[in-house]
Amino acid sequence: VQYAILALEAPADYAARTDALEAEAYWASWASYVTALRESGIMTAGAGLQPPETATTIRTRGGTVEVQDGPFADVKEQLGGIFLIEVADLDEAMAWAARCPAAENGSVEVRPVIPPMG
Amino acid sequence: MNAPSADGVLDEAHRRFFGRLVGWLFRLTGDLQLAEDAVAAAFASAVSAWRAGPIPDSPEAWLRVAARNQAMSALRRDQRTIAVAPESFDDLRDETPMTSSLDDRIALLFVCAHPAIDPRMHAPLMLQAVLGVDAARIASVFLVPPSTLGQRLSRAKAKIRDAGIRYRVAEPDELPSRVGAVLQAIYAAYGLADPTADSADDRDSTLRHEALHLARLLTELLPDNAEAWGLHALLLHTESRRPARLVDGEFVPLGHQNTTLWSSEARHSADECLRRASALRGIGRFQLEAAISAVHSARAETGSTDWQSIVVLYRGLLQLAPSVGATIGAASALMQLEQLTESERLLDSLPADTVRDHQPYWVCRARLASVAGDSEQAQAALQRAIGLTSNPAVRRYLRRSVA
Repeated sequence: VQYAILALEAPADYAARTDALEAEAYWASWASYVTALRESGIMTAGAGLQPPETATTIRTRGGTVEVQDGPFADVKEQLGGIFLIEVADLDEAMAWAARCPAAENGSVEVRPVIPPMG
Repeated sequence: MNAPSADGVLDEAHRRFFGRLVGWLFRLTGDLQLAEDAVAAAFASAVSAWRAGPIPDSPEAWLRVAARNQAMSALRRDQRTIAVAPESFDDLRDETPMTSSLDDRIALLFVCAHPAIDPRMHAPLMLQAVLGVDAARIASVFLVPPSTLGQRLSRAKAKIRDAGIRYRVAEPDELPSRVGAVLQAIYAAYGLADPTADSADDRDSTLRHEALHLARLLTELLPDNAEAWGLHALLLHTESRRPARLVDGEFVPLGHQNTTLWSSEARHSADECLRRASALRGIGRFQLEAAISAVHSARAETGSTDWQSIVVLYRGLLQLAPSVGATIGAASALMQLEQLTESERLLDSLPADTVRDHQPYWVCRARLASVAGDSEQAQAALQRAIGLTSNPAVRRYLRRSVA
């Protein structure tokens, strides 16, 4: 079964990305996590995202296009990365979510992926 | 004035009587869900009644009557009388306190760990039925979505009811395996059987205490069972060292722990349990694991660890009850004795797909490679271990060993 692991990072995580003291530990944790995912042979895709302030959000309403700077919702935890994994069941997916570095300060969401259509 | 003492009595009553009452109603109705619901409702009504009015002289008798009334109205409401024999109704009406020599909680323990029930559900069922632990807390500890756990618990209880699983005294030849399943479930409830072993340290501390409570209860109920004493000894030893594992939020591995932080009281109780076990002369895996733990704990008194004894005990454990955990434990003990080839042989014997996601295996691999002077392999294994770690303190600790 394919699951998406959505890493929702906290402001502290985004700050750590460029902090002189914390950046090394931050990136090393992610590197280890991705290594473990890859070595286990379960990761089908993955991407880390630039911080929320680099986002641009688009809406089309009644024929008008609205463009907005920043992410679609102004919430504390923002999507920082996404991984697609192929595992036997939700229990296994949950174990991987618990290992995700984002779980410490932010949160990690696990969702089944819709099977290919047609 | 009344309120705090009423709450104290309620807590105490919950601890002492919840499982007994559920076991009693289960014995009479064969329906675990009904029994739990009735007892939970009885406690709910006790909260308002005892806070408002006088606290009954016998909380147990009060709760028994309340739970029985709840069960009887539920049976009438749902017309679930089919499962209940007429004589059981007489028992339900009987208001005199139970004086059965066999504690009803043991019946429940055996039902929860019945071979027809999915083994993954043994520990959650016990925690819920015998100790009344909230399902949401159980779900968090076992890393399962609460809704999924709820469904699994209902399925297991429906099976108990519909398949007519009732308590009966196990035949002597099947007793060891039935007790074994109960012990295994308590071990899992404490957090020792978790595949994400690194997070076990941080388990909900009250839940660990509930598991310890079950282990002690089992020694009271089955005082002639050596393994029950062994399990209690193992949990007590593990618990005794817990205060030294996290110091100022940082993880400290067993070998570097400050032994003055270990609880000597828990250690002595553990050693006493182990003495009781060995006097009964029936060796088993829990006693061996407890003995290994006891050797580690002895460092508090002797100042050093007797690795030779640990290796001998692990060899026994691998013969009696081979497991991934025991193999890794044996491999790290051999490393301490500088028997690196033997240590590596043990690690190599584990199937690749079993250890693929097993954090302790990669920690052990990294240490072995590092002792053997292969720093490249050590770093690769360490990266793998860090990526498999879910406990932030352990992750920080492992990161500090990265070159």
